[in-house]
Amino acid sequence: MNIQSGAEAVARRTGLTARGLCYDAGGKRLIDGMDISIAAGRRTVVMGANGAGKSVLLRLLHGILSPASGEVLCEGRPLDCALRARQAMVFQRPVLLRRSVRGNLAFALAAKGVPRRDRGHAVADALEQARLTHLADRPARVLSGGEQQRLAVARALIGGPDLLLLDEPTASLDPGSTHAIEELIQNAYQRGVTIVMVTHDAGQARRIADDVVFLNSGRVVEAGPADQVLNAPQSNAARAWLGGRLYLDSTP
Amino acid sequence: MTGFGSILAQALGLIASGDAALMEIIGLSLRVTLSAVALSCLIGLPLGAAVGAFRFPGRTALCVVLNALMGLPPVVVGLLVYLMLSAAGPLGPLALLYTPSAMVIAQTVLVTPIVAALTRQVVEDLNQEYDEQFKSLGVTGAGRVSALLWDARFSLLTVALAGFGRAVAEVGAVIIVGGNINHVTRVMTTTIALETSKGNLELALALGVVLLGIAVTVNAAVMGLRASAVRSAYA
Amino acid sequence: MIRRSVLSLTAAVTLSLGFSLPVVAQDDFIIVQSTTSTQNSGLFDHILPIFRAATGIEVRVVAVGTGQAIRNAANGDGDVLFVHSKPSEEAFVKNGDGVRRFDVMYNDFVIVGPPADPADVTGMSDVVNALKQIAAAEAPFASRGDDSGTNKAELRLWAEAGIDASAASGEWYRETGSGMGATLNTGTAMGAYIMTDRATWIAFGNKGDYQIAVEGDPKMFNQYGIILVNPEKHPNVKADAGQAFVDWVLSDEGQAAIAGYQQDGQQLFFPNADS
Repeated sequence: MNIQSGAEAVARRTGLTARGLCYDAGGKRLIDGMDISIAAGRRTVVMGANGAGKSVLLRLLHGILSPASGEVLCEGRPLDCALRARQAMVFQRPVLLRRSVRGNLAFALAAKGVPRRDRGHAVADALEQARLTHLADRPARVLSGGEQQRLAVARALIGGPDLLLLDEPTASLDPGSTHAIEELIQNAYQRGVTIVMVTHDAGQARRIADDVVFLNSGRVVEAGPADQVLNAPQSNAARAWLGGRLYLDSTP
Repeated sequence: MTGFGSILAQALGLIASGDAALMEIIGLSLRVTLSAVALSCLIGLPLGAAVGAFRFPGRTALCVVLNALMGLPPVVVGLLVYLMLSAAGPLGPLALLYTPSAMVIAQTVLVTPIVAALTRQVVEDLNQEYDEQFKSLGVTGAGRVSALLWDARFSLLTVALAGFGRAVAEVGAVIIVGGNINHVTRVMTTTIALETSKGNLELALALGVVLLGIAVTVNAAVMGLRASAVRSAYA
Repeated sequence: MIRRSVLSLTAAVTLSLGFSLPVVAQDDFIIVQSTTSTQNSGLFDHILPIFRAATGIEVRVVAVGTGQAIRNAANGDGDVLFVHSKPSEEAFVKNGDGVRRFDVMYNDFVIVGPPADPADVTGMSDVVNALKQIAAAEAPFASRGDDSGTNKAELRLWAEAGIDASAASGEWYRETGSGMGATLNTGTAMGAYIMTDRATWIAFGNKGDYQIAVEGDPKMFNQYGIILVNPEKHPNVKADAGQAFVDWVLSDEGQAAIAGYQQDGQQLFFPNADS
């Protein structure tokens, strides 16, 4: 197992492919036959209106939800424990443990099976990266929203994942905090970590995305290089969304 | 019947006198009850946490049983443990009957379901909050149980307190398996029962006030700990 | 962190149990199954230190009702049985649970009652007639109702009076189902007559305005017996130490110790072992 800290590790380039993904909840089809491919070592931004299925898609790709049908493949193999262990995810609202900042980071390493004596160095690096060193011994849950999310991203990265999924990580943050999170994401990308991020913010998508996937009503309506999707959207849904208009018709 | 004021004065006088026999009884009460609560936590915390954290066949039935066992009458527990430890019972050769160890066992049987059932509730709520994050980090099995227990530690203090309250106050179980033997198995509650049966109601009440004082002290200490945890958002 | 806390918890448990173990490991003691009357009257607190000084043997008394004491001893949970219900004691020996029964001492039962004395029995010494009067007046009577030696003696007296008191159970005849002290607490609060052993009554601290109404009938003598639990049937019985206690209680020294116990200037138990 790779026990190098996230800061030093060079990620293995890993992509994902989903075929015919379907997911139902409460009798409703939330994901309806999605085919999607996440290119290795690139930054993919997933966009779409509320209820389009972005969050569910991320959880399916991460393997914490199981599809009703279809499959998620990584390097040609169905997602298993070992492959999932090479992914990490950041949720919209950070779920922090009732421990110190340092304790939260160490916990993620422990979960990856990193021996106690090897954790200190990696934790110190991650604290540094996330600019949380001065808060290391503070209870994680009394940090500000921005600090909490920085910690969540740092915790996701500390195990040295090859692929990082982020579900609207900056949705309720101020510009300064948003910038800090984006910086962490970009640094990870520089080390070769594949990024998959959901955002509502077209500006953020322009700053980060190599590729954009646009969802509507549980389907992929448009996918391609960021330039193309953001500047010359082909589908009605994407055009309406990016044009700032309300788009209420569910047909693409 | 004397007024409550004089009983309170008698209770304070009892404590202030530092009477060796009383101190012995208080000491044994605490030793037996704290041992039983510690053992109950050792068994009940992981058990309750496992039931709270995992889904498995028969889980609902197990929850019902655990909740129902919280209402076990102490006398019934005392009788069951007596039948086990009696010379005629399966554990007779251990010669534990009428010893403090027998009282610890009886109170452990009494308190473990309380600890387990309350732990299950606490951990189940916390597990719901942590579930996705734990799945994401790949935290499963025993690792998940111990992480949940650690993160719920301050809520679980209250659980342990509930067990302590039940154990320190019960008389039915310890009087049967302990025998209320002077200097050996006589604790606060059995002394109160004895003094009541001797018609020394004021002394019995004064001892009750002392017992209450102990319970209040223990509760205040734990609550203080918990309050500081709440300030750190650890609880 | 978690492992450490589990470890320290385990250590704490082991320690606290360890503290209680030395008490268990001590071997020079015997368990005597006896009754609340001997315990509550303070007799044991008087005689046991004398016995211990003489022999070094510690006596641990489990004081319960005679019925429960006999059942506990029949399970082998005790080395000596020291109770007061001769027929049950003889049955205990006959079943092979006890070696042999010896008379030790007696005290007597009395009937205590409220000053109002609704059945007009105060000063009587004929207990059978007194019970008849209580039944006729339907005056409240609190019974142990717990199969204890006192309870059995009381039932024998009702039978002799030809009265089926249990038929009036819940009306004027009230069975508390508890020990002597609890029955005295309850009975005095409800203004009932209560039959109790004299020793418990003298030592009882919650008499209120109650007084002894009926006393002095030889039928109310309360004979105590002592029996070594049979080591052949119950191998865990500490036969030597138990026998030493039985021998001592029956000896001149033990009998003198019993006779010497007084409360409020009254002798409570009268030794009558065959010498």
